[in-house]
Amino acid sequence: MDLKPSPEYIEFRKEVKSFLKDNIDMAGKARNPARPNKNELDWQDKLIKNGYAARTIPKDYGGYGAEPDVLKSRIIAEEFTNAQIPLGMANQGISMFVPTLLELGTEDQKQSWIEKTIKGEVIWCQGYSEPGSGSDLASLQTKAVDDGDDFIINGQKIWTSSAQFSDMMFCLVRTEPDAPKHKGISYILIDMKTPGIDVRPLMTMTGHAEFNEVFFTDVRVPKSNIVGKRGEGWFVANATLTHERGMLGDPNQASTRLKEIIDLMESETINGDKLIDNPVHLDRLMRLQARVMSMSFNSLRSLTASHKGLDAKMAKLIVKLNGCQLNHDLAGFAIDLLGELGTIYGKSNHDHDSGRWQWRYMFDLGLIIGGGTAQIQKNIISEIGLGMPREPKPMQEGKK
Amino acid sequence: MEFALSEEQELLVDSVSKMLASACSVDELRSQASGEIAFSDKINNEFIGMGLNGLLVPEDLGGSGLGILEASLISEQIGKFAAPAIWVGNSVMTPMCLSNGDNKELAEKWLPKIADGSSTSGIAINEFISKREDNGLSLDDGKISGISIFAIDAEKNPDIIITAVEDELYLIETANEKIEISNLPTIDTTRVMSEIVFHSCTAHKINGGKELIKKIIDSGRVVLSADLLGASQNMLDKAIEYSLERKQFNRIIGSFQAVKHMCAEMAADLEPCRSLVWYASYAQNDIPEESHLTACHAKAHLSEVAHDIARTATQVHGGMGFTDLLGLHYWFKRIGLTRQIFGGPEIVRKEAAASQGFLNN
Repeated sequence: MDLKPSPEYIEFRKEVKSFLKDNIDMAGKARNPARPNKNELDWQDKLIKNGYAARTIPKDYGGYGAEPDVLKSRIIAEEFTNAQIPLGMANQGISMFVPTLLELGTEDQKQSWIEKTIKGEVIWCQGYSEPGSGSDLASLQTKAVDDGDDFIINGQKIWTSSAQFSDMMFCLVRTEPDAPKHKGISYILIDMKTPGIDVRPLMTMTGHAEFNEVFFTDVRVPKSNIVGKRGEGWFVANATLTHERGMLGDPNQASTRLKEIIDLMESETINGDKLIDNPVHLDRLMRLQARVMSMSFNSLRSLTASHKGLDAKMAKLIVKLNGCQLNHDLAGFAIDLLGELGTIYGKSNHDHDSGRWQWRYMFDLGLIIGGGTAQIQKNIISEIGLGMPREPKPMQEGKK
Repeated sequence: MEFALSEEQELLVDSVSKMLASACSVDELRSQASGEIAFSDKINNEFIGMGLNGLLVPEDLGGSGLGILEASLISEQIGKFAAPAIWVGNSVMTPMCLSNGDNKELAEKWLPKIADGSSTSGIAINEFISKREDNGLSLDDGKISGISIFAIDAEKNPDIIITAVEDELYLIETANEKIEISNLPTIDTTRVMSEIVFHSCTAHKINGGKELIKKIIDSGRVVLSADLLGASQNMLDKAIEYSLERKQFNRIIGSFQAVKHMCAEMAADLEPCRSLVWYASYAQNDIPEESHLTACHAKAHLSEVAHDIARTATQVHGGMGFTDLLGLHYWFKRIGLTRQIFGGPEIVRKEAAASQGFLNN
């Protein structure tokens, strides 16, 4: 246990601070949306060149090529958050697809995609869930039929965020219909401009379409676009899902939210009293602060464990479940703080928060469900973490 | 930066765990519970034998000079076995108090004896946190009189008692003083809380002021949060173990999602607590600006999580959890008592808020 930064890290923090100070104007123009414009692409490029994005991606693939160093990554995240400057791009291509490709892709695939993806030139969407295959993802039915050098794909994906402006999709399709369900799937890369792809926005409870449905009708994809071996897509996808679960429930987000809530409590008044002076609110704030702290220390612990090859399996398994629930609880608290004004969700003179907390309260419920529902997370925690058995399958109907 | 235990710390945990596994069975808890007092000579002699009483005593006074993190790691094991060991008052708060106070003579006189186990020390400072009408101490011409309740580690006629009056800590050498100590009948039979009546006892000023009182309360809170961590982990482990043995509907009950999800929720709540306890413990020695806030949060948060786990783990055991047969209730009750010591969650959270400048009063 040693949380004192060594001189190397004190120096590194100084470097990050001075970089941010020197580049604040340029950073101000980058808003980090899903589809970057010129300002954002330039900013991302600058971040990579200075080692503040794509830090550990090898130089050969356009990254900065640093050795993994959990403390430096944390310093970067802290300093960017403090300066309220968006970190480098974090989309599914960068957070999920690139790590998978680094682990399991061919040299050709790495050369073709990694650099363009981390620079924000190519945007990816993820084609996993289907209407009939949510928690039971391995039952997916989108078919890829062998046709010479290509597959011909038919079927439907759902919950595809960013599909409307993505260039590419990393997708799970059934290539071996006769194999057992986990063994008939391949992980394939699809150009979203291929004829036969229809993207339809999916309106959610927030009133916005944060997701899409994607329909495939006779979509032709070259066989060379498979990542890993044919029929081993389930294994490849699980490598990616691990990255997604690390991304969902990030404790930095909860810390930022807690700060926003404290600002809200210090500025908002009811009957002339500041919210921060209400002891009942304060008690709830303190409960949440303890949870936020615990999760950030938990992340320090997993970072050290990853760095040193120590076992902290449970510390990692719980992040998605706890982190998403915590973010949701924070949003719920903010709404209660705003009281009746917290329900305003549209243009109004009485709007105090642009409907932001209500949107988060709804969208975060979606995140508790998405990326492996809370129920599935609890199965994983109990089976992988606690060694409890899988639920036995009920007798098939008609088999008696 | 490294957020992990060192090899030495792992070894310490391992040796204490092994010692308690043999010295502190559920039968031991049961026989203590039926006796007059919970103090177990057997267990406390093991602690002395391993040199644990001197863990926090500086090396030049005969101890090991280690920190609150090590004390918490041992406390976690004590909680795991619900051991009737004197610890928080005698071996944590007393050395913290005497080695940080400005009375060298007292430290040199008593800490070597605490370290080698030839003397014990009780802590009677409950009134600093929670003073009731009938209780409280007063100082008159260097003599302390009055009643202090929920004193810790005072059940075995301690040689010294440390107490607080008007923002200062005092040490009372019990040998020639008129002191009555009686045991409070709390729910928890694995530890003793005492009531102490002082009759004009000579008080030796420790010279640490209010800051030192707060500091030793913080260290007590952190170390108790580790006890809650160990007790909760044990209840969860027992629940899983039981669910993998018990069969109903021709299946082990641990294969039902209803049961698995209860266990997963307990594990998910408890896991980050370990990091909170480590951090708060480390902060007591190494990050002074965060020591008070993290101590408050560790105590309050662990109290909440442990409370939920005590209930849920008992429920996983079904009717057996409710009986005396498995002894699971010793941990349920230990958690119930620890939750309230040095301030229940609401009191401690109020302090946490005040320390950040959020409360005006």
